[in-house]
Amino acid sequence: MLGRTANGLYWMFRYIERAENIARLIDAGMRVSLTRAGSSDEDWAGVLQSAGVREAYDEVHDTMTAANAIDYLLRDTANPSSVMSCIDSGRNNARMVRTALTRETWEATNECWIELKQLLSRKVKAADLPEAIDVIKRRAGLIRGAFHGSMLRNDLYNFSRIGTFIERADNTSRILDVKYYVLLPAVSQVGSSLDNFQWESILRSVSAHRSYGWVYDAEYRPSNIADFLILNRRMPRSLAYCFEKITSNLGYLAEDYGERHKAHDTAAAIRNMLKRGSITDIMDQGLHEFLKDFISHNNKLSAEISEGYRFYQ
Amino acid sequence: MLTADNQPRPPYKTYQEWYQNQDPAHLIQKSRDAENIFRKTGITFAVYGHADSSEKLIPFDIIPRVISAREWRKLAQGIEQRVLALNAFLDDIYHKQEIIRAGRIPRALIENNDAFLPEMIGFKPPGGVYTHIVGTDIVRTGEDQFYVLEDNARTPSGVSYMLENRETMMQMFPELFTMNKVQRVEDYPYLLRQSLASLAPPGCKGKPRVAVLTPGIYNSAYYEHSFLADTMGVELVEGSDLRVIDGKVKMRTTRGYEAIDVLYRRVDDDYLDPMTFRPDSALGIPGIMDVYRSGNITIANAPGTGICDDKAIYSYMPEIVEFYTGRKPLLENVPTWRCTEPDSLKYVLEHLEELVVKEVHGSGGYGMLVGPTASKKERADFAEKLKSNPSNYIAQPTLSLSTVPILVNKGIAPRHVDLRPYVLVSDKVKIIPGGLTRVALKQGSLVVNSSQGGGTKDTWVLED
Repeated sequence: MLGRTANGLYWMFRYIERAENIARLIDAGMRVSLTRAGSSDEDWAGVLQSAGVREAYDEVHDTMTAANAIDYLLRDTANPSSVMSCIDSGRNNARMVRTALTRETWEATNECWIELKQLLSRKVKAADLPEAIDVIKRRAGLIRGAFHGSMLRNDLYNFSRIGTFIERADNTSRILDVKYYVLLPAVSQVGSSLDNFQWESILRSVSAHRSYGWVYDAEYRPSNIADFLILNRRMPRSLAYCFEKITSNLGYLAEDYGERHKAHDTAAAIRNMLKRGSITDIMDQGLHEFLKDFISHNNKLSAEISEGYRFYQ
Repeated sequence: MLTADNQPRPPYKTYQEWYQNQDPAHLIQKSRDAENIFRKTGITFAVYGHADSSEKLIPFDIIPRVISAREWRKLAQGIEQRVLALNAFLDDIYHKQEIIRAGRIPRALIENNDAFLPEMIGFKPPGGVYTHIVGTDIVRTGEDQFYVLEDNARTPSGVSYMLENRETMMQMFPELFTMNKVQRVEDYPYLLRQSLASLAPPGCKGKPRVAVLTPGIYNSAYYEHSFLADTMGVELVEGSDLRVIDGKVKMRTTRGYEAIDVLYRRVDDDYLDPMTFRPDSALGIPGIMDVYRSGNITIANAPGTGICDDKAIYSYMPEIVEFYTGRKPLLENVPTWRCTEPDSLKYVLEHLEELVVKEVHGSGGYGMLVGPTASKKERADFAEKLKSNPSNYIAQPTLSLSTVPILVNKGIAPRHVDLRPYVLVSDKVKIIPGGLTRVALKQGSLVVNSSQGGGTKDTWVLED
């Protein structure tokens, strides 16, 4: 398998994962503006920050408005992380690795692109936004379904999965980091409606507001929310879950190829840290510092994978 | 499809009977379904210079073109003769140049030709094959009457459309394939891989490793490159994946560098090796020509075959065929005036309204004048270009091409077509029964190129 193909698959799945996560962020942001009295424009600043595009947004817009923020996140092609840009890049990568994809996976990706290109060709009206978000999630789901149902479980599959989970871990940690202050014990007043609302918004951004209730008896507690998103190994968007998947997929590659790289050690170290860690320790150590460290280790791992498997020249 | 007395021509008889029982509205719907299949599959091509719609669909017409087994046999014999002559010609001009010494072709036409590669002089490619894949463009003017328009010995494209057209037709009209015995084209990818592998360098041990070289996803034929790699089950590589290491061309894989034995390249000669050809090319592989010349890789088609696609060389094809095969050509050449010859130029300028004028190195229907349909001003402008650089042009009469039916809103209508059968050359010549039929969708038009709004159809060669 070509290094460039591994790179293409890895990024194809990173972009599709990102597109879906951005759609979730918009969804959560929208929810906030619906349920909260008064101006919500500043909440969108938080959403933009979670998406990692706050500064880029400020360069092209003078004011923070819901409509501008949504448009920027959804369809501005000058924003490389907008849903449209991600789907464009994801599909371009898919085109590049066309021979590595099953026909079903390629067609699901291509149809996603065709539909979104149409859907996002002009500004989406506020009334149509929920439907648009649904289409994005549905289309991403179809790609995932076709991929799982039809791809051989070989190195192609492993690189695709690693891309998905590196991206997801990055996104979850950013969402947490932007809101880390509302999870700090000193600031939070257990049970206050403001905090409840903030917490719910975090959970919604990772589509976990329902599952949280099942696991933690429907009681919002900052340490539980942090635990759920960081350490819970059953929660498919938690950092611990992502690293279970990353290490197992890297493990298959090592077995297949009979060679290990620096990336294997880095991933194992992160996984063990998440496996053994307790949320109390993390909170004591400082949630923000923890997340900052995590993001940088995750990036380092990504670079080591590219190098070890010769993604580039 | 019809004979002079309005009866269906024999190969169309079964289709015609079926067609008469179809609901026209249903067929129009089927036609839209076909378009959706193509769009969904991403069977698109890029038209350069159209930024807004960079990926386009080639219109597909759902009425097949049908060729009888008898007509096909005649055609196939003619093509085989021509392809063998082309290979003999290439071998000759890069070795002894007997055809020049015999005075049958002017030396200048070969040696001053940009497509003639001095690097190939004295070198014999593995198996002695220059043109592994050929796509001969043919037009039919009447019963059993065929002309060759172009030989396309360099990198003929379109074979993926031949295969996808058939696939689409079989999905949409399975009943037609039980009513008609249509010869198979589906084996093309396997045959191609076999054919390429059989011409691996002599030093290659074990199973030859084949790869397809593409300029990348922005190339107009990228879909085809990925399709061929996928259906052959070989890697699709770009220049940046390849590197010359220890005298071999190797590709960068997730496990390290691995050698390639046969490279089916879909990039032009100029872009193949920046050390030998265009130094500014980022597409190529520095040093690949050295590996090639030392016999450690097969490049298909061989560098330097492009000279056969030169339209001035084309005008000598009857002589070329006769010189190397010792027999008269079985297929006609379109009479061609070489504007570089003063008498011909004079004739061409006087008869512009009857002629098609083409650039000798042109392709894709660009830069040509179709005299009969051009405006007075277009002809006058073209005459100026001709006069200022005559050797850049050839002219041909417009043939009275036969037409085939296409589906239009009002039913069926006749349109002009050509045919590109695909030929694989190894120790034998294999011609796939059928090919790509390109159709001029505009009424009366003779230009079938997809870049100029042409479409395609499935092409059936019936069994006896």
